[in-house]
Amino acid sequence: MNACVVVFPGSNCDEDCWHALRDVMKSKVTYVWHKESVLPKVDLVVVPGGFSYGDYLRTGAIARFSPIMKAVVKHAESGLPVIGICNGFQILLETGLLPGAMLRNRSLRFVCKHVYLRTENVKTIFTNRLKPRKLLNIPIAHGEGNYYCDSETLKRLQTGNQIVFRYVSEKGAINEGSNPNGSVDSIAGIINDKGNVLGMMPHPERASEDILGSYDGRLIWESIQTHLN
Amino acid sequence: MYKAKINVTLKKSVFDPQGKTVLDALHSLGFQEASKLRVGKFFDLNLKAKSEKEAEKEVRAMCDKLLVNPVIEEYEFQIEEDGKS
Repeated sequence: MNACVVVFPGSNCDEDCWHALRDVMKSKVTYVWHKESVLPKVDLVVVPGGFSYGDYLRTGAIARFSPIMKAVVKHAESGLPVIGICNGFQILLETGLLPGAMLRNRSLRFVCKHVYLRTENVKTIFTNRLKPRKLLNIPIAHGEGNYYCDSETLKRLQTGNQIVFRYVSEKGAINEGSNPNGSVDSIAGIINDKGNVLGMMPHPERASEDILGSYDGRLIWESIQTHLN
Repeated sequence: MYKAKINVTLKKSVFDPQGKTVLDALHSLGFQEASKLRVGKFFDLNLKAKSEKEAEKEVRAMCDKLLVNPVIEEYEFQIEEDGKS
């Protein structure tokens, strides 16, 4: 697997993603500064978490106009995988690569904790190594992860199996208490209709090694690797 | 020179957690008469334009391209001539 991590002013999970890909997955990985207009020749583009442009205006709203984003869109249009994590997800939403938008967490609080995700679609580039409905223990850390879309879009996401991860309880049940931010339909991660762009609020790069308390996130990297090989 | 005042709020159909919290706070302070509170953003900017119509077109373009996310937000604005500059 040959990957790059896009770095914006205010990105702060770029090094974690780089570490997970290089040291854990033994992949080739490079950083790409957002002012670049061309991507290196890579299979996977990672748009990492953080607070690009200080979250000013709206999360991801300014980063989406960075020169590199045109190349990221082109990469996505060519069918190659793109994963946006946390702020990366927010940037992909603002870019229009994924449908919907993010609102402030229902609690108005920044929520930083481990949550359980249920894998709703295992026939994707990002989840092919997972068993159906597999539970993943992966942390979230965000103030604006309250996913919103209109009911028409939601229906499209549901019928198209584009909802990849939902927030659930430790036992895998969907309920109000296990939805940490108020996301519609407990959505934690979605893919585009072509299936090659994933956006997720939880941080797989922070759960890719035993020493971090969970290595469930590693299954996502392994799935991408399996797809690419 | 024109001056534009732009108000952006969440759409009526979108739940506004900030608005609800602020309204709850007002109620707990005794302002029971308050209702339907929405929190939004306010932009105040100067722009050069040949006419008010052109200024309006520009502001609309700014809103559609950057200032507003049409998935969740709506906007309204006023434009006035700024004679001083």
